[in-house]
Amino acid sequence: MTQCDLVIIGGGPAGLAAAVAARKQGVEDILILERDGELGGILNQCIHNGFGLHTFSEELTGPEYAARFIEKVQEEAIPYKLHTMVLNITKEKTVTAMNREDGLFDIQAKAIVLAMGCRERPRGALNIPGYRPAGIFSAGTAQRLVNIEGFMPGREVVILGSGDIGLIMARRMTLKGAKVKVVAEVMPYSGGLKRNIVQCLDDYNIPLKLSHTVIDIQGKERLTGVTLAQVDENRRPVPGTEIQYKCDTLLLSVGLIPENELSKSAGIQIGSVTRGPVVNESLETSVEGIFACGNVLHVHDLVDYVSEEASMAGENAAHYIKNKEMYAARKEIPVNTGEGVRYTVPETLDIQRMRSNQTLRFRVGSVYTGAYVSVYLDDKRIQHKKRQVLAPGEMETVILKQEELQKYPKLQKITVRIEEE
Amino acid sequence: MRGQDMYDVIIIGAGVSGCAIARELSRYEGNFCVLEKSEDVCCGTSKANSGIVHAGHDAKPGSMMAKMNVRGNFLMESLSKELDFPFKRNGSMVLCLEEDKKDKLTALYEQGIVNGVPGLQLLDGKKARELEPNISPDTVAAIYAPSGGIVCPFGLNIALAENACTNGVKFYFHTEVRELDREQDGWSVKTNNGEFQSRFVVNAAGVYADVLHNMVSEEKIHIVQRRGDYMLMDHAVGDYVSHTIFQLPDEKGKGVLVTPTTHGNLMVGPTAIDVEDKEGNQTTQEGLDQIREKAGRMVVNPPLWEVITSFAGLRAHEDGHEFIIGEVKDAPGFVDCAGIESPGLTSAPAIGEYVAGLLQEHFKWKKNPEFTGTRKGILNPGDLSPEERNQLIKENPSYGTIICRCENVTEGEIIDAINRPLGARTLDGIKRRTRAGMGRCQSGFCSPKTMEIMARELEISQTEICKSGPESFILKK
Repeated sequence: MTQCDLVIIGGGPAGLAAAVAARKQGVEDILILERDGELGGILNQCIHNGFGLHTFSEELTGPEYAARFIEKVQEEAIPYKLHTMVLNITKEKTVTAMNREDGLFDIQAKAIVLAMGCRERPRGALNIPGYRPAGIFSAGTAQRLVNIEGFMPGREVVILGSGDIGLIMARRMTLKGAKVKVVAEVMPYSGGLKRNIVQCLDDYNIPLKLSHTVIDIQGKERLTGVTLAQVDENRRPVPGTEIQYKCDTLLLSVGLIPENELSKSAGIQIGSVTRGPVVNESLETSVEGIFACGNVLHVHDLVDYVSEEASMAGENAAHYIKNKEMYAARKEIPVNTGEGVRYTVPETLDIQRMRSNQTLRFRVGSVYTGAYVSVYLDDKRIQHKKRQVLAPGEMETVILKQEELQKYPKLQKITVRIEEE
Repeated sequence: MRGQDMYDVIIIGAGVSGCAIARELSRYEGNFCVLEKSEDVCCGTSKANSGIVHAGHDAKPGSMMAKMNVRGNFLMESLSKELDFPFKRNGSMVLCLEEDKKDKLTALYEQGIVNGVPGLQLLDGKKARELEPNISPDTVAAIYAPSGGIVCPFGLNIALAENACTNGVKFYFHTEVRELDREQDGWSVKTNNGEFQSRFVVNAAGVYADVLHNMVSEEKIHIVQRRGDYMLMDHAVGDYVSHTIFQLPDEKGKGVLVTPTTHGNLMVGPTAIDVEDKEGNQTTQEGLDQIREKAGRMVVNPPLWEVITSFAGLRAHEDGHEFIIGEVKDAPGFVDCAGIESPGLTSAPAIGEYVAGLLQEHFKWKKNPEFTGTRKGILNPGDLSPEERNQLIKENPSYGTIICRCENVTEGEIIDAINRPLGARTLDGIKRRTRAGMGRCQSGFCSPKTMEIMARELEISQTEICKSGPESFILKK
């Protein structure tokens, strides 16, 4: 069986950044396995700009952002295989993959970085009643059809869900000559970035209907219309609020699900909120030597944070390959979610292994204005920072200092919570 | 007139009954064709049902339903080997959740014995839960039927059709029968796609069987569309139950069931909601709510958070709740195969045998010397050993490219689905033959790639590709 120090599954932004970081830490033997025909992942279909403000201090399109990392991979001569699907991984870190040239093959890795990204929640998962005609697409599929394949999925469009891809596609379809009639969002707030609501909806006079959902789909062959209704606080439709829209296309941007079928094949523990692997401070999963980063770990709002996180994962994997013994003994302190916090990544932390400034990412469960983000070490509050706005659509960060945590040798738990005045 | 000369038998409808009859007829040296109004086989009732091979305890003893059910169940296993479609004898259970309904359960058990169902057992609640741990703790007793099974409904229907086609039966799609005229030596069948002549006509038109019957007979029949809504769950919970779980039947039928599918999903449904529209197969909120509630009574905490799609099918319920199979008295040469609701899928092999038998009595054809009784399905590389798989990829590299990542379907399988007899012409056709697009992402990732392959293989533009019917274009020109 082929041996490899580090196998990276996925050649999107996460996999690329992890590979480059691991190489910088001196790992020579790296292999990236990518299922698509080119590196860059979903960035290749995100032809709008707004990427890279944090990483490169300039605004890039998705393909441009991806190219920056692809160039680094090529400069470093990191090997990769395209059109290659990983079919299985084991907890012993054997990777089974397949492509046209090599057939089915196994690789024994010393460490693995999971960077498979996520998929879109389909219509079926929402149980929207009605017919099942052509003309219903997830927003990302429509984005691929328009931006990569050069086709128009429809002319009169209703969008359900105000996730970022839905917002971006509202603008994209409008620019391509379609009429986007409305964006409906079941929650009382948008799941997307504020800047996307302004730049993609407001600037084009596309109405956003909060607390609304699709309750019926019409059309036996191609979609002919949908019915929207307002929902109550339990997200049940309110009778009498139905509005009928004539349209030939329904785009869905109703959530992203980390693609962890492979992780499950290796017996990796999956978090119930993130639906990504449960990881420690090193972004190491419950299986030693398998690391995770990017949207397979938790869904990010900005690719810049994916790159940053993936670089950490790559560095940590490199560190693991050279210092395996440090990872065997686990003395990990749980990071708990307090009021208002849906999840944190990482979920546990080893004070020995943590970085001097350890990033902890989290998302809140609803919109807060003027609330505080607080960090507790057991019952002692060590951080209490006021934020103007906290929204579920935006990822939040706190930094924990190793030297501060080292002062608490008996520390049992760390808690992040949102506190209002 | 279409076709080279007069047909011996025209079958109207390429659902599972029509295709089963066609396949059985293809054993003989006759001239047969199937007329189908849709674009493919398996487009009506046959495509959206429970996929169950019923043991046979539900039908009234002595009825056609009872006979066809038990015989169909018996034939299914060998047929699945001959024609290479997914079938599993996973056993079924009927739960009794209330003490005072035990009598009904016992009566159903006894009816099963009379119908000749093999191996039936009556279990107490404890035994039932040992056999199937996730059933309701309220289960006080259960019938266990080891002969119950599951089948891929598309797999069965498509296999029958392909085999019939290979053995010389002609299929005409997009061909809807408008008029039936009795002529001296047979029937003139007028369609939107020309006129056909045949000595005999078999009416296997599903929910439209009453319309056709009533064109030729004074003894009218009436079919109501009984809609069944379903929810399908991801492979992740495909082993939540291993048997097919029923409740005691009520006046509207066998009620909601919880079952694994032959492809490792979990499925719950159907409802039983009568609708006027013969194409009214939309799900409703009411229907989906009913399934949720009923499934929750049968199994503990059904994993409905793993639902990947919901859909509905229409059962062809005739007012008399019995299969109407045979030559129509006042229309000689017109053979009904009507009212084929549950257990119609199970019964299909028996219906094929029975109707072909009736026709053979009349025609006394010679055996078809070129008849081939076996058919190979689309190769699933996942069933091969790694060595065999590598050999396959070496010979045909398209088996090395995964197109549908959720169901691990390769390009080679999709090409095969397009190019084999009665090959797929629509995205749904590809899906039913290969499962590409049937997984947890519901074709989000694979449909652009599948469309590219279809355009290449069929030498058409992607803008011409439909999901199913002729107006269901995926893209706008």
